[in-house]
Amino acid sequence: MVENQRWLDYLAHAVLILGVVIVAFPVYVAVIASTHAPTAFTSGTIPLLPGGNAVETYTGVFEGGIASQMSVPIGVMMTNSMIMALAIAFGKIVISILSAFAIVYFRFPFRVLAFWMIFITLMLPVEVRIVPTFEVISNLNMLNSYYGLTVPLMASATATFLFRQVFLTIPDEMMEAARIDGAGPMKFFKDILLPMSQTNIAALFVILFIYGWNQYLWPILVTTDDSYQTIVAGIKRMADVVDSEPLWNSIMSVTVLAMLPPVAVVIFMQRLFVKGLVDSEK
Amino acid sequence: MQTKRTIFGNKGLPYLLLAPQLIITGIFFLWPAAQAVRQSFLREDAFGLNFTFVGLRNYERLLDSPEYLNAIKVTVIFSISTVILALGVSLVLALAVDRMIRSGRAYTTLLVWPYAVAPAVAGILWWFIFNPTIGIMPYVLETFFGYDWNHLLTPSDAMILVVVAAAWKQISYNFLFFVAGLQSIPNSLREAAAIDGAGPFKRFWTITLPLLSPTTFFLLVVNIVYTLFETFAVIDATTEGGPAQATNILVYKVFRDGFVGLNFGSSAAQSVILMGLVIVLTFVQFRFVERRVTY
Repeated sequence: MVENQRWLDYLAHAVLILGVVIVAFPVYVAVIASTHAPTAFTSGTIPLLPGGNAVETYTGVFEGGIASQMSVPIGVMMTNSMIMALAIAFGKIVISILSAFAIVYFRFPFRVLAFWMIFITLMLPVEVRIVPTFEVISNLNMLNSYYGLTVPLMASATATFLFRQVFLTIPDEMMEAARIDGAGPMKFFKDILLPMSQTNIAALFVILFIYGWNQYLWPILVTTDDSYQTIVAGIKRMADVVDSEPLWNSIMSVTVLAMLPPVAVVIFMQRLFVKGLVDSEK
Repeated sequence: MQTKRTIFGNKGLPYLLLAPQLIITGIFFLWPAAQAVRQSFLREDAFGLNFTFVGLRNYERLLDSPEYLNAIKVTVIFSISTVILALGVSLVLALAVDRMIRSGRAYTTLLVWPYAVAPAVAGILWWFIFNPTIGIMPYVLETFFGYDWNHLLTPSDAMILVVVAAAWKQISYNFLFFVAGLQSIPNSLREAAAIDGAGPFKRFWTITLPLLSPTTFFLLVVNIVYTLFETFAVIDATTEGGPAQATNILVYKVFRDGFVGLNFGSSAAQSVILMGLVIVLTFVQFRFVERRVTY
């Protein structure tokens, strides 16, 4: 730093520790709550120290049924979320890398039009066209299916732009050399472009996995059948019990499980995550 | 638009490569958007059988309706509070991390993971903490400040709850971009100011903050978009727009009017207004990004 000012360093540490505590507090409370028996929540305040009911709570939500107020066992919901997150991440990457390849390496009529059509998707988030999109899905008989859950979310302007940027930075000589050696477009794509964009693909995958896992409005719209329920969308239905007090320990254990995969991805792949985040905002 | 110096000559292949993207865009983005525009000029009878063209009546009725005006007001309050809170907290944290030489990375790891928490989950977590009967925060407020917290009844409490939940989730994102922004400010500038006798606070106001303004502006736009659209899940998982519409933000109202109220004409008109809003924001963002990218 510029000068050595001890008190500022202490202040900075204090601020950061406070920040970490604020950021972690809600999750701490959730983890603690999931280790208690349901009776711990009938009176007084939320416990702040671990209880002895963790095993029962978690086995309860994994088995499902009335004891945990869950109509769908958690395993089913997590599998659905996993399918959704992976399919969206994978699908978006494949679709956008192909379109970026077409836009950068070919010149054809309507190229600019295609580019703008892709760009427009940025301006049409699901939230602003809820009802008509639902009608389309229902007319196509895509309600309650994995196709309905994933395919409509696979178009992506951001990912296409990202790959376009990546391809533009790849030296022209690469392609000239490939052509001299007699490689066709798809061979060039497979043997040169794909390997050269590996880190970008991985970074984007991390971001898109989180995006897919955390979808909320879309699964609520598209699925009414319990067997397609995702975990993030399912928590709310658990908390919404009409007649009785919600079983907070079960709800919080489901919340913890819903956070676990994406948070693990961020923590263990922090470098890729940061790269993906910064790249996809350019 | 930029391409390569040399290109492939195939005629059909580029269309084939673009097909999946464009088909999905056409069916699930452009068509519904066009339908929203069309429906916004129609009124449907109670059985959904007959449509009548009503021109701009749906829009007029919206702008006359106290509920819609209330939703606008609520959205403005919600957005501004969330953006200020999320940007303010993350800027302070980023400034603190920027001072750290060794421990910066560890703190960063501890601060960035909420990015991965779904907005709906963030809502549930804070809903639990603020639960009026068993929550920890109402207990603290009651004991130390004598304040009787109840977001199920008090509109301002409900607003605070959704603002806190929405801002909490966004802190890590803003933090990462602020840290990157701070690192791109040359140290020599701050050193020069220090030699000229400027203290840490003076340096912040005269050097750091102005040089950080591109990052701040970018984050401002991104955060506004976040509060306008992605916070749908926060609202739905917690207050559901209540009590007495106190947290019924515009996106949530589109959803409620369309799916619960089955008022398609009005919902479509609201969609179109929101689309206009996103278009303006995207335009602002891209104008700015173009100027920012100088490499």
